[in-house]
Amino acid sequence: MTDQERDYHDIPGTYVFDGTHYRKGYYLNMFCMSLNKQENRDEFRKDEEAYLAKFPVTNEQRKALLERNWLEMLRLGGNIYYTFKLAIFDGMTMQAAGAAMSDSGMTEEEFKHMMITGGRPIDGNRSKKETK
Amino acid sequence: MGKIIAGVGTSHIPAIGAAVDHNKTQEAYWKPVFDGMEPAKKWIEEVKPDVCIVVFNDHASAFSLESISTFAIGVAPEFQPADEGYGPRKVPVVKGNPELAWHITESLIMDEFDMTIVNEMPVDHGLTVPLSIMFGQPEEWPCEVIPLCVNVIQYPQPTGNRCFNLGKAIRKAVESYPKDTKVAVFGTGGLSHQLQGERAGLINADYDEQWLDDLVSAPEKIKHTSHTEYLRETGSEGIEAIMWFIMRGALDEDVEQVYRFTHCPVSNTHYGLLVLENKDK
Ligand SMILES: [Fe+2]
Repeated sequence: MTDQERDYHDIPGTYVFDGTHYRKGYYLNMFCMSLNKQENRDEFRKDEEAYLAKFPVTNEQRKALLERNWLEMLRLGGNIYYTFKLAIFDGMTMQAAGAAMSDSGMTEEEFKHMMITGGRPIDGNRSKKETK
Repeated sequence: MGKIIAGVGTSHIPAIGAAVDHNKTQEAYWKPVFDGMEPAKKWIEEVKPDVCIVVFNDHASAFSLESISTFAIGVAPEFQPADEGYGPRKVPVVKGNPELAWHITESLIMDEFDMTIVNEMPVDHGLTVPLSIMFGQPEEWPCEVIPLCVNVIQYPQPTGNRCFNLGKAIRKAVESYPKDTKVAVFGTGGLSHQLQGERAGLINADYDEQWLDDLVSAPEKIKHTSHTEYLRETGSEGIEAIMWFIMRGALDEDVEQVYRFTHCPVSNTHYGLLVLENKDK
């Protein structure tokens, strides 16, 4: 697949996990996947950097993973179902992860409140042309 | 003979499983959700399917980026609950039906649906949450389960139309099975939700309600909806709902909506539950 322009690139704040992201994020995601196993979680907890060194991720990806920069992980090819395994490892809820990715200094409580009142509205969020 | 007796559609939100497992179903946040599921539970207790074909997706539990199958069918005698990062759910082991699963596999492949055939497949919330929703917390699941796993995580996902036609082929397969077997098909996942990015938390309840109306009475109208429309309108993870087309395709053109319930939100998702039967039973 060539890294061509796609009609879904126009959707704001959305990282569609296509072939381009797959190629970029393969090892980052496979590292996250490894946290499905208790023995790997234990090893990562003991020494994050040493465990992460087993995966050929880029320096940028390593930094984003160690700093828990959730949005940056997506930009660097992360897929939410994989990166959320790291969030689970940290004891984070999906709402805390959602708040952290919202990029507007939203707290977990604010995110939860947004959900209970109907979620992020679709109006104004369909396309980059709509958002300022 | 085998017979498809009904279709069920339900979201498979992991938090629902956690609420069941940690006895939170009567808490204020959860009570309306679980009350809303009650009629569907009662219904399935009455119709008692022998086998449920549960169409679901794996969330980096059994499969990973190492190998991605568009459609995979589980043919094992049993499937263990998967460890998704916090230890496996303490729910009964899922019992399969290898004989029927192989019959369906053969029929589907002869029908040009090139299924991946899977024996080793720990099943995650995508499959076990719908079972909890429909059956509660039994010692053993009251039916056998044939897991049918669809890739909805890696773009490009299969089209709605392909899913719909797969449903039709599943019906043909079940109806050519020589043993008397009552089969229900579950379509799971959706409705609108976005877990990732700056747009996380997106819900589009109006779109979902219209989509459900059409799925019940005019699936032809929406089976060609584009991937980009799903991603845009229902959120990046809302596209999961294409799996409901497999359930819908396995039923008659004319169906009776036995039950429908939606609730907004459950966790980050617009929850949907649908029970359909063929009019001509
Ligand atoms: Fe899912």
